[in-house]
Amino acid sequence: MQVLLGVGGGDHSFRALAETVERARAAGDDLTVAVYTSSGNALSEIREQVRDRLDGLDFEAPIRTIEGDPGSGLVALAEDEEFDRIALAGGTRSPLGKIQLDPVSEFVLLNAPMTVTLVR
Amino acid sequence: MTPDFPDEAVDGFPTPPREFTDAEGRDIVIERTDSDGIPALKEMYVDFDPEDRAQGVPPIKESAIAEWLESVVAEDCLNVVAFHGDRAVGHAMLVPDTTGAFELAIFVLDEYQGALIGTELVRSLLGWGQSNGIERVWLTVERWNDPAVRLYEKVGFETTDSASFELEMAIRLAQTDNTG
Repeated sequence: MQVLLGVGGGDHSFRALAETVERARAAGDDLTVAVYTSSGNALSEIREQVRDRLDGLDFEAPIRTIEGDPGSGLVALAEDEEFDRIALAGGTRSPLGKIQLDPVSEFVLLNAPMTVTLVR
Repeated sequence: MTPDFPDEAVDGFPTPPREFTDAEGRDIVIERTDSDGIPALKEMYVDFDPEDRAQGVPPIKESAIAEWLESVVAEDCLNVVAFHGDRAVGHAMLVPDTTGAFELAIFVLDEYQGALIGTELVRSLLGWGQSNGIERVWLTVERWNDPAVRLYEKVGFETTDSASFELEMAIRLAQTDNTG
């Protein structure tokens, strides 16, 4: 399966990366990582971090960069290149523990024609 | 997340402990609680209807309930419990975020809902918060949860963000001026 994983630079997005790599290895998926910035960090920096993590996990995956609006960029890339699935970090927790979806996850859930996996 | 809090402050909340008769004629006592109250709350959450959960809380497994309660019934949080006799039937909490504001949530057992217990829990908790110098309180609520949204509006919360799956609501509590 062709899987596109969105990584926005937050801690939870790197946890999702580690977990998705493990899944891809077990299932034999082809994984592509799409980097965007939702944390205010520079794209190049997040890209570098993803590269380091992938090296650390001894896993090879192409890294793409999404400039502009991350949600629509992710869905457009997934549609254009016929990915089977989009994976994303599945939200953060509020101070008292409620699950909160960020605007990127909400946009992808409502707009992607393919399956979406929220990694928790 | 930092909501845009309303400019106008709301006042006039009572402080716990309080006693009242609910809409079904049951005698209810609202008390402040700390970690000593965790066992009673744990029993309440074991009985909690999973359908009434909100955004993943309360958890379902007993061990996860215990862990969650440890995190919200903590030193820097305020918690009130509604008791019917010895039984905890409702719980409301204020938990600090990283900006000096507090997140509020409330849970009431199914058979005690719609009897004004939730309203009294929230009002008492806000009164206690106010007397502790808490000024900004926010919450998120699923947009289809009409009874909860109505309750929060009645108490004085305003919707501050309606662009996402959950509504974000906030209130500014009037502060007592102790300087003069």
